[in-house]
Amino acid sequence: MEENSHILSWLTFTPLIGALVIALLPKRNEFAARGVALFASIIALLEAISLWSRFDGAYPGLQFVEQTPWILAIHADYFVGVDGLSILMVLLTAMLMPVALLASASIAKHVRSYYALMLAVQTGLFGVFTALSFFHWFIFWEAGLIPMIFIIKLWGSDGAERAALKFFFYTLVGSVALLLAFQAIYLATGTWNFIELRDLASGGALATKLAALLKQMGMNVTPEAAGMALFVGVFLGFAIKVPIWPFHTWLPDAYTKAPTAGSMILTGVLSKMGVYGFLRILLPIFPHEFAACATPLAWLAMLTIVLGAVAAMAQLDLKRMIAYSSVNHVGYCILGIVAVAHAAGGTSANVNWVNEKAAALNGAILQMFNHGITAAALFMMIGFIEERTGRRGIEDFGGLRTVAPVFAGLFGIAAMASIGLPGLNNFVGEFMIFKGAWPVITPMTALSLIGLLATAVYLLTFIQRVFCGPLNERWAKFPDLGTRELLATAPLVALMFIVGIFPAPFINLTNAAAMRLVELYQPAVKAVAQLTGM
Amino acid sequence: MEPTTHIPWIASRLWLIPLLPFLAGGVSALLPRRYRKLSAGLAIGAIGISTLLSFCALAESILRGLQPHAGQQWSAMQTHEVWHWLTEFTWFSYGTTSLKMGFVLDPLTAAMVIMVSFVSMLIFIYSLGYMDRDKNFTRFFTFLSLFAGAMLGLVVANNLLLFFACWELVGLASYLLIGFWYHRPSAAAAAKKAFLVTKLGDIGFFAGLLWLYHATGTLQFYTPDHTGALEQATALAGLPGIMGLSLAGTIALLIFCGAVGKSGQWPLHVWLPDAMEGPTPVSALIHAATMVAAGVFLVARTYPLFQASPQVLTLVAWIGAFTAVMAATIAVAQNDIKRILAYSTVSQLGYMVMGLGVGGMAAAMFHLLMHGFFKALLFLGAGSVIHGCHNEQDVFKMGGVKKHMPLTFWTYIVGTLALAGIFPLAGFWSKDEVLTAAFNWGSGWFHKGPFVLGCIGVFLTAFYMWRQVCLVFLGEYRGDKAKAGHKHVGHEEAETQHETVPGAPHESPTVMTVPLIVLAIFSAFMGFSGLPEHANLIHHFLNPEHAPHNVNWFVIATASALAFAGLGLGHLLYGLKPLAADEPDPLKAKLGKLREFCRDKWYWDEIYEATVVRFANIASVVVDFGDRLLDGATVGLGLLARGLSLINDKFDERAINRCFDGGCGSVRLMGRCFAALQDGRVQSYLRLVAVAAALLAFWFFLK
Amino acid sequence: MTTLAHFQILASLLFAIGLFGAVTRRNAIIVLLSIEIMFNAANLSLVAFWRYSPHPEQLSGVMFAIFGIAISAAEAAVGLALVIVIYRYYKSIQVDEMRTLKG
Repeated sequence: MEENSHILSWLTFTPLIGALVIALLPKRNEFAARGVALFASIIALLEAISLWSRFDGAYPGLQFVEQTPWILAIHADYFVGVDGLSILMVLLTAMLMPVALLASASIAKHVRSYYALMLAVQTGLFGVFTALSFFHWFIFWEAGLIPMIFIIKLWGSDGAERAALKFFFYTLVGSVALLLAFQAIYLATGTWNFIELRDLASGGALATKLAALLKQMGMNVTPEAAGMALFVGVFLGFAIKVPIWPFHTWLPDAYTKAPTAGSMILTGVLSKMGVYGFLRILLPIFPHEFAACATPLAWLAMLTIVLGAVAAMAQLDLKRMIAYSSVNHVGYCILGIVAVAHAAGGTSANVNWVNEKAAALNGAILQMFNHGITAAALFMMIGFIEERTGRRGIEDFGGLRTVAPVFAGLFGIAAMASIGLPGLNNFVGEFMIFKGAWPVITPMTALSLIGLLATAVYLLTFIQRVFCGPLNERWAKFPDLGTRELLATAPLVALMFIVGIFPAPFINLTNAAAMRLVELYQPAVKAVAQLTGM
Repeated sequence: MEPTTHIPWIASRLWLIPLLPFLAGGVSALLPRRYRKLSAGLAIGAIGISTLLSFCALAESILRGLQPHAGQQWSAMQTHEVWHWLTEFTWFSYGTTSLKMGFVLDPLTAAMVIMVSFVSMLIFIYSLGYMDRDKNFTRFFTFLSLFAGAMLGLVVANNLLLFFACWELVGLASYLLIGFWYHRPSAAAAAKKAFLVTKLGDIGFFAGLLWLYHATGTLQFYTPDHTGALEQATALAGLPGIMGLSLAGTIALLIFCGAVGKSGQWPLHVWLPDAMEGPTPVSALIHAATMVAAGVFLVARTYPLFQASPQVLTLVAWIGAFTAVMAATIAVAQNDIKRILAYSTVSQLGYMVMGLGVGGMAAAMFHLLMHGFFKALLFLGAGSVIHGCHNEQDVFKMGGVKKHMPLTFWTYIVGTLALAGIFPLAGFWSKDEVLTAAFNWGSGWFHKGPFVLGCIGVFLTAFYMWRQVCLVFLGEYRGDKAKAGHKHVGHEEAETQHETVPGAPHESPTVMTVPLIVLAIFSAFMGFSGLPEHANLIHHFLNPEHAPHNVNWFVIATASALAFAGLGLGHLLYGLKPLAADEPDPLKAKLGKLREFCRDKWYWDEIYEATVVRFANIASVVVDFGDRLLDGATVGLGLLARGLSLINDKFDERAINRCFDGGCGSVRLMGRCFAALQDGRVQSYLRLVAVAAALLAFWFFLK
Repeated sequence: MTTLAHFQILASLLFAIGLFGAVTRRNAIIVLLSIEIMFNAANLSLVAFWRYSPHPEQLSGVMFAIFGIAISAAEAAVGLALVIVIYRYYKSIQVDEMRTLKG
């Protein structure tokens, strides 16, 4: 590991530099804007790959750390670093953006603004996945969301304004909850630093300090209640972003109305911001609270999985169907994360339990990565259909495999990955989540299996209606994938196979950090287990 | 991938057997459609080498069984010893442990792998002829290779997860091949149905897998230090599970769900007959000989878990017996040549499952292997007939095919008699084994039930098979000879049509008849590997721990008598006086409503349509509606906030602003006065300044 | 001899003339010229005060005057530019027609 290579800062701001260059380009030069955007995103990808190649998976802590004082008055540092929890997300962000830009060829109006905003989103995402101090983490969090709102609003399909507004308000509620919670935390502890907060929290000092703060303000509450109140605030912020049932109703609209590349980034990476928030903030900083709430949260995760999948079965709009599928798949991540915090087996000395939880957490992280790839690929291909035909109703097509066999084949692979077919990426993550969650939260995990079946139902119906059956003569001239589209699809499909068949390199990246988080949880889990007699 | 002990070459290279077809499939998936010969060559070459390797594996296994052991004379198959050759590798690591996978060569694997690869190879060759004109010929061989790879992987796996992975992949291959003629809505629907119904069972299987993994800490079936998941079955039997079962029983039950789905057992049998929408070689390979038997193989593989729970075994036996009879009754009233065979397959799988349930694992496997040969033979024969009769599948529109297709006829007769269980063909020996196991299961009506049901099944099997033979091969051709030639969009696809002269049926090309002959020879003579008493090679080979049953002359006599009775009745109704064209089925008059009940498949499809499917649809609509309500509620919340803000606005306007307005009014009035001074002319300002200055000066000087 | 009073009277006269012109004339350029005259009256007065002050060696009044001249030159330039712009806009330089600054 090199000291002070500033690779994370470079990575974070490369897309922003690209966006500035695009802003300086002459107005009419759309081709250059596309080129510069793609170039910047590819540079970012190369930087991410270089980061990956130098990343040491066996080391559980943070790497490539940069910390400099920034705003002294409020002790806000510029503090970035990556570890096993975030490296896959950084890679995913870097990888999806060039693909999404390649899939943006149909953008016709305000081309420069579009590409600049997309790159701004990427900077926001890199910032979120590398920041270790709440203050600038939050800035990037918003910096990723706001350009996305404009992308939905300006380049989305009919009704996009309403969807964007809904997305904005939901996000705002979440952000406000987060901000308030962290204001309180800062006032109580004087730090924004996630790592310091984690260390404070594991000893229980965080809740005590909060209670002391509230006492100064004239409110007499126990540390437990204070901690729980903040936990609920932060949870709300992330639950909306993930989204967890019942906070998910913004999602189908936003994903459906967004332009293709917008949906890809929304589902591929932006939805992972919430899950990542669970991993980076909610899990480490609120161990006792999370462990105490694990059972109801597990039920919520189960409902997210099952209801997401079942609702997808009823959709007639293909994009909306895949949007609901996203709700379902992200639910698996939450199930895995909740399993880590659940008290079951907490009093058992058996090392097996730690391994089960490590499997669930590794699985959840891998699932984030996998779903990013798979769902982005699905959205992209629906985008291709929409570009060609201007429609996306499930009944509008039929027999497309006859005219576009390559397209049908690649879509089939992506759909099968989403169904969780062994040999493709999603299976590995889902298997690990289920494997880890099964002994810990058996009833919820068992019910979640329904989600697997329902996923197969709607995706196979999709394939049956769109690609099989007699060719709908209207689309007799439906072209198969072109070079640009193949170029965008091929890497995603290749990754599906690579992760599905050789998951070891990916799990090795995350395992050490996951293990450390699981071990960090053992005291809290034990305490709750003793309390509830599990 | 290191061999764990010193083991033969083939045992440490077992992974080659599935890998070769996988590679062939992968390469031909990337080939453009026009490389037809290359694709077929790759597929057949790969499966050919796999077959050779499988044969090596079998030979090594038999030699291993023949080796004399300490303290024993040369005792052919009498060694009461279970042995496995294992290899192992790590898939990935997590926590402080890792997920190991591996391959196993033991008698069960050896026997299964040779059957699968050999039958696959024959059917690949047959497909060369059958799929000749299909424009997706290349893709067909891709899918076939994928299937063969996955199926062989499943057989050699020493790990339940690897088994499950391959299990799902064979399901995928089955889905792709049933829906091979995807532009036919019925094919697309059947493919989806097959995938989903089996997936329903797989969910149970997956749950069992998860539970087993947690309970034993490994998914390897066997490990060198005897801590494999199956080797801990006895320990699991002592732990509590659900519904009063032991943990072993619970896991076994969940795993059995998977087998029920894949092997078409009641209540998940409904997909298998629909799967006949696929091309006939697919029906023969996947939906008769190999994949559907995978469920039986799964139970045989995890048999220690089942043995640890008698209740589950009882359930298995009854489900198998019920399925065997139910499917046989349905087969009696079908008209479609492939559907008759499909229900026959379901019925025979029922026998195998029953065999497993009554404790005859070796008997069930023996029946599985024999069934693989003769059912593949029957399907290929049926394919040949369909091919020859210009894609006609309705047996009532055939007839007299014997004189046009003698080779197909004679091989078909061999298959039929083997399936009916006529001495000395393969089915006789294997069915006898299963029935003997059922007979010896226990006493009392409850334990004799499966045996009785099995006997009824024997009678029905013989009857419906002979009915089919009579209808298809005897009498006169009932098809529309004039129309037959240009019936381009018949049941099978137009692309597979051969340019035939309109009219009479014709014999199939050599590439299709040779596999028929080979399979007929196997169906006729393979049964001798399982003679009862001491010469029961298969039984000794597969299950050395349990001594084989003695010859039970009562069972043999009963079964044979029933089989001959079935054949006789079939001949009486259909053979003596061949049907004329458009003559109705004689059964119609004899059975009436009962026939309709059987023809309509006991209404299972309708029952499921009315319950499960409807429930799923309603659930999805309700959830979607609930979501919209939830969405509406949040929008409503927004509207409420907006309403409140409106009220607030009015309050501001009326109450607060008015006070201010009063104050502002006077200010404004004053402003208006002063504004008059500011007329906008610079000079008047200047004038004002001058006057003011003059006044100031005047005042200053006065002081 | 000429005393300070003479200079002051002259300066007041000049100032009065300038003021009269600035207030009464309608042509913007004449108004500007008149303002220049007022400027120069002030400069003259400053220089005179300096010359008759107790410390003429300090050059304070002269500096003042020079600054005044420089600023008035700049102001004249700006003023003329404004006049040109106004002319372009209104096609007129009659100051009494410029009433848009009315309150």
